[in-house]
Amino acid sequence: MKKIEELYESLCFIRQLELKVAEVYPSDNIKSPVHLSIGQEFVSVAICDALTKDDYVAATYRGHAAYLAKGGSPEKLIAEMYGKETGCAQGRGGSMHLIEPSVNVIGTSAVVGTGIPIATGYALTQKMKKTNNVVVCFLGDGATEEGCFYESLNFAGLHKLPILFVVENNNFAIHEPIEKRWAQPDLSKRASGFEVTINQYKDGDVIELHDIAITMIEAIRNGNGPMLLEVDCYRWYQHVGPEKDFGQGYRSEAVAEKWFSRDPFVILGEKLAENKKQEIDRRVTQKVSDAFEFAEQSEFPKPSELFNYVYK
Amino acid sequence: MSINNVLPSSSLDRIPTTTLNYVQAIRSAFFQALEQDESVFLMGLDIDDHLGIQGSTVGLVDEFGPGRVFTTPLSEDAMTGVAIGAAMSGMKPVHIHIRMDFLLLCMNQIVNIAAKAHYMYGGATHVPMVVRCIIGKSWGQGAQHSQALHSLFMHIPGLKVVAPSNAYDAKGLMLAAINDPNPVIFMEHRLLFNTEADVPDEPYEVEIGKSKVVRNGQDLTLVAISNMVIESLRAAELLEQEGIHITIIDPVTVSPLDMDPVITSVSQTKRLLVVDNAWLNCGASAEIIARVCESSTEALQVKRLGFSETTCPTTPSLEKAFYPNPITIAKAVIEMIDPVKAAHWQPNEKDAELVYQMKFKGPF
Repeated sequence: MKKIEELYESLCFIRQLELKVAEVYPSDNIKSPVHLSIGQEFVSVAICDALTKDDYVAATYRGHAAYLAKGGSPEKLIAEMYGKETGCAQGRGGSMHLIEPSVNVIGTSAVVGTGIPIATGYALTQKMKKTNNVVVCFLGDGATEEGCFYESLNFAGLHKLPILFVVENNNFAIHEPIEKRWAQPDLSKRASGFEVTINQYKDGDVIELHDIAITMIEAIRNGNGPMLLEVDCYRWYQHVGPEKDFGQGYRSEAVAEKWFSRDPFVILGEKLAENKKQEIDRRVTQKVSDAFEFAEQSEFPKPSELFNYVYK
Repeated sequence: MSINNVLPSSSLDRIPTTTLNYVQAIRSAFFQALEQDESVFLMGLDIDDHLGIQGSTVGLVDEFGPGRVFTTPLSEDAMTGVAIGAAMSGMKPVHIHIRMDFLLLCMNQIVNIAAKAHYMYGGATHVPMVVRCIIGKSWGQGAQHSQALHSLFMHIPGLKVVAPSNAYDAKGLMLAAINDPNPVIFMEHRLLFNTEADVPDEPYEVEIGKSKVVRNGQDLTLVAISNMVIESLRAAELLEQEGIHITIIDPVTVSPLDMDPVITSVSQTKRLLVVDNAWLNCGASAEIIARVCESSTEALQVKRLGFSETTCPTTPSLEKAFYPNPITIAKAVIEMIDPVKAAHWQPNEKDAELVYQMKFKGPF
């Protein structure tokens, strides 16, 4: 039960924080494009909870959830979106370039797929240094179309690297559905042949997904080589921005309704007593409020600091 | 002609040195870096085979093992990312490409990640990586084996780009590049591989971002890049016969450029010729001339030489016309100083042939 509470609190926090981002966005205080993970944040929560602090996580430009689930600072995250010097990238990166070395969050990237080989390089280092750490590389279904995805699978399989590729399949690349992009709708058929073990999960149950993650990560840690986990999920909001965009007609409201009615966050919440949920909600609301307060009160970097960090 | 001209010979008097060619100097740098620092490793197609990239990596896998010297799949994009990720996580990778043309397959990772990571992550990470590549010339290298693409990389903040012109600089710069906390594009020229210099036996670094004045003369300042340093030194000898004395400056690092010695020299000579081993459009030569002009209020004479504005042909008759050579360089200098004399200058075509060209017999 304690684990369910922890997972619920983590998921509740990320959901509330991103809803707040959507709410605040029209004020123009957030100086960064935002790619919200609302609806699919359960993937990051379930997987990251199965990791140790020393394990690494690479995420995408839709990376708020992974950053927070791995233990990234919410204050530094919101401050980064506000462009403040207290942000995780000192205001130089924005929402798409999150990083937190203290909890081994590898920098997120805006160019789709670029994080895949970078994460593979981190896994190579773990092998070379003979650590016991695992690297988790989150990517979307769109990124599986990039050449570097296959190149990275091949290299990871060849060298038996300790890496778990987690494909968050939300069916859309911006506005384009998989039917218009994939010759073969089954990812496991496209990604097989690289000595990378593949699992698929479709049901949106955080506890089940968490159990699968524990098993796979343990296997990787024990030297069984790289693995890939494809998780079906759904993006509730625009590709980028704070709105729902079902009025635009590129995706079906009927399909969306199916996902809304089995929201992984709600399904997980049903496993908890109402008073426990209310207690968690209160705590989480305060944390979200604190993060925004911190960002608002922080300073912008000084213009004289423009040239910092060009070279180390 | 001795390329010892380009070395700080005074400092070499007191330390043990060996005469090495360029390839041997590079290999010596790799050997010592691998020996000194366990985080250093080499990766790239063919680096562990029997030929070892013209000998520059030969035998290193036997010495340091396949965990630190290994070949890669032909996956330049992802392999560049792997090197970057390894660098960010505490290693010092050297990613080796037998031809620079293949770096075009690496541009996404080099430009979007390696160059920007330190900045866009607010200093939270950095990329101590070397991308080593070789420029080809002659013996039919042609369109896709002869490109010098340094200006593409010079355009991007966060990258360092070096182009050593001799064996001494090659070893010292490679060691400096490996130990540099930033991504360094390390450009070599295939035709320099047989050139020799006295190279210190012990590890040493040649400073990145520091130009070298290769020779002094009061009539004109010539800036030459990569193997054009050697071609220009030969041109300078031809010019001496005509009573013309030129300064030659080797930038060594083309990004970030060290312009001070160039600006100082041009303020005295009032004439600047830049000879690049590349095309002129938006190139290093344009950048160097622009910076000199921006720094001066005086009337200056400037000119550029480089690749002809064509794709590089394979046939020798056309290829000869494609590249600058000691005669075209010397002729350009004379034209800037004394156009009448230039019109009557009749050089011996043999003088365009350089020692290394006569020594080099191919194939690659």
